[in-house]
Amino acid sequence: MLTVATGNKAVALAVKQAKPVVIAAYPITPQTEIVEQIAEYVSSGELPARYIAVESEHSAMAACIGASVTGVRTFTATSSHGLLYMHEMTNWAAGARLPIVMANVNRALGPGWNIWAEHTDAMQERDTGWLQVYVASVQEAYDATLMAFRIAEDNDILLPVMINLDGFLLSHIMQPLDAVEPNDFIPPLHLPHAIDTKNPAGYGTLTGPEDYFKFRWDIERSMRDSMKVIAATEDEFSRRFGRTYGFTEDYLCEDADVIVVSMGTLGREAEVAVDHLRNEGVKAGSMRLRWFRPFPDLDLRGREVVVIDRDYSFGFGGVLAKSIQAKNRIDVFSVIAGLGGQEVTYDDIAGFVKNRRMGTEFWFGVTGNV
Amino acid sequence: MPEIPKEEFILKCTSACAGCSASLSLRYVLKAAGPDTVLVVPACCTSVIQGIYPNTAMNVPVYNVAFATAAASASGMSSAFRALGKKTNVIVYAGDGGTLDIGIQALSGAFERGTDFLYICYDNEAYGNTGMQRSGGTPLGAKTTTTPAGKTDVKKDIDAIIAAHEPPYQATACAAYPQDLFKKVQKALSIRGPTFIHVLAPCPPGWRYSTEKSVEIGKLAVKSGIWVLYEREYGNLTITAPSKAAIKKPVPLEDYLAPQGRFKGIDPKTLGILKQRVAKNLQRLAQEEAGVC
Repeated sequence: MLTVATGNKAVALAVKQAKPVVIAAYPITPQTEIVEQIAEYVSSGELPARYIAVESEHSAMAACIGASVTGVRTFTATSSHGLLYMHEMTNWAAGARLPIVMANVNRALGPGWNIWAEHTDAMQERDTGWLQVYVASVQEAYDATLMAFRIAEDNDILLPVMINLDGFLLSHIMQPLDAVEPNDFIPPLHLPHAIDTKNPAGYGTLTGPEDYFKFRWDIERSMRDSMKVIAATEDEFSRRFGRTYGFTEDYLCEDADVIVVSMGTLGREAEVAVDHLRNEGVKAGSMRLRWFRPFPDLDLRGREVVVIDRDYSFGFGGVLAKSIQAKNRIDVFSVIAGLGGQEVTYDDIAGFVKNRRMGTEFWFGVTGNV
Repeated sequence: MPEIPKEEFILKCTSACAGCSASLSLRYVLKAAGPDTVLVVPACCTSVIQGIYPNTAMNVPVYNVAFATAAASASGMSSAFRALGKKTNVIVYAGDGGTLDIGIQALSGAFERGTDFLYICYDNEAYGNTGMQRSGGTPLGAKTTTTPAGKTDVKKDIDAIIAAHEPPYQATACAAYPQDLFKKVQKALSIRGPTFIHVLAPCPPGWRYSTEKSVEIGKLAVKSGIWVLYEREYGNLTITAPSKAAIKKPVPLEDYLAPQGRFKGIDPKTLGILKQRVAKNLQRLAQEEAGVC
């Protein structure tokens, strides 16, 4: 069914179609529209689920955890400080191996008070054991949400999944949406450790040094296995519904001398920049990283690499740039751009490429235009 | 006398301290609730009492959650069970720190939303699990490791805070009166919606008395009137028998304080305030029960 929707509405529609049993959420800008729309679906009976209007994000994740462990499908959505407020419980969700799906509408952190797009909120969740996907269009937000349930609930994974979409730039932008009928694409959830009062067990009990690390390793093993599950799920999605994704979305990378790596909506802007650069004779390409956890191996050998981070780790660098440097053992030109919704146009990105200085870091708008 | 089942849901060899009345109380809570029950336990003594992975001393599923979240997790769990058509009892068993302090936001939210669950706060009046630091439940004058000269603030009245949420049922109990506790748990679980039982749980190492005296200390708390047993059903207060006697003729508060090291050397002024507060509280509850308020 072809329609038009905002990123938020697209996520809400996918959630309705995935039929979660419990949704617990707290509104926060710019995520609000997701939970309002889901509350509407529940209220009208279109989604036969329980909507728990909790008093905080900390409780939202806790309520999802409590519901999920009974073996039912759960969903929540948040953004920025909401995500940081639930941080204790995001660790708990992954540690308890619960396939909770959450949309995070990426937003900057205060102070100063800023409601616009930035990835630093989600970056602070990178070591929690959540799978993280970053999307760049309304269609992709919808498709990734449907796939997230399938991936999280795969019995080889059983880890929570976070769908990241840029605040306002995607959450509130209207684009065409081709909604599908997922039917059996998302099979019923079978949680092997669901609470069963006929078979009592302790969950999350004290665990000493002789056992704790085994649970940690088990999370990492599932993270590694998730590579295969993500690929298989996206393949099946492609066969059924005709849209193909991957760990990265590559644009004119094959013969490129220089590749721009980014995440989220900046990746779309980078593609336009690449078109302009090609017209000027610069053999540029764009690689938009979709899955940040698990972090894929990127084929960047023999190219110059410009990484744009819409995030920062103070005293260290752009998280994406440093991750690529460390994992691929290459030098990059690290650009910090788009923090707190700072406007970054395709012209700006073309400028980063043309004036790249490999092995350095550049703060867009601070140290002047390159 | 209620018929208390012989079936045990706390198995032998827990990690509880000798004379622990939190475990004594839990024993009767679970006997009253029966096997179709899930315990939700935040960080507190009970997270230790159940034992270390891969073992468990509990014969019902126990879901351990982060300190601040017991009521919120239980809210999600209860919603899911009800959506699945299950009547499984969801019981939070939380200490005073997880209830009066860090957990109060989630507790208030769950009660406001009308969550169908039973929240039990077993109150040993300090952070017992971490070695007896003061909590919002620590009474005036009591020494803890963070109030070494005696607490200068009064005990937070969580029961009044809960009452303000107008739950269908709330009660107080004490591990020293297990049959009363048993009956109150059964009644709470027979009522839909959020129910609350506040259980005084004397703690030998924390309160600094010898381990065999837990029941005696609990009874003295009730007889002196510093702990009042009652039920409030749909807003109507009924004072439980032993506390009715305490209202008529309380034993001296000193009888309760003297055996406890935590009140050793309490200054006369603080003692005076404590006594005044006890008398005022007894009067307030008696008047409420009589409809004079």
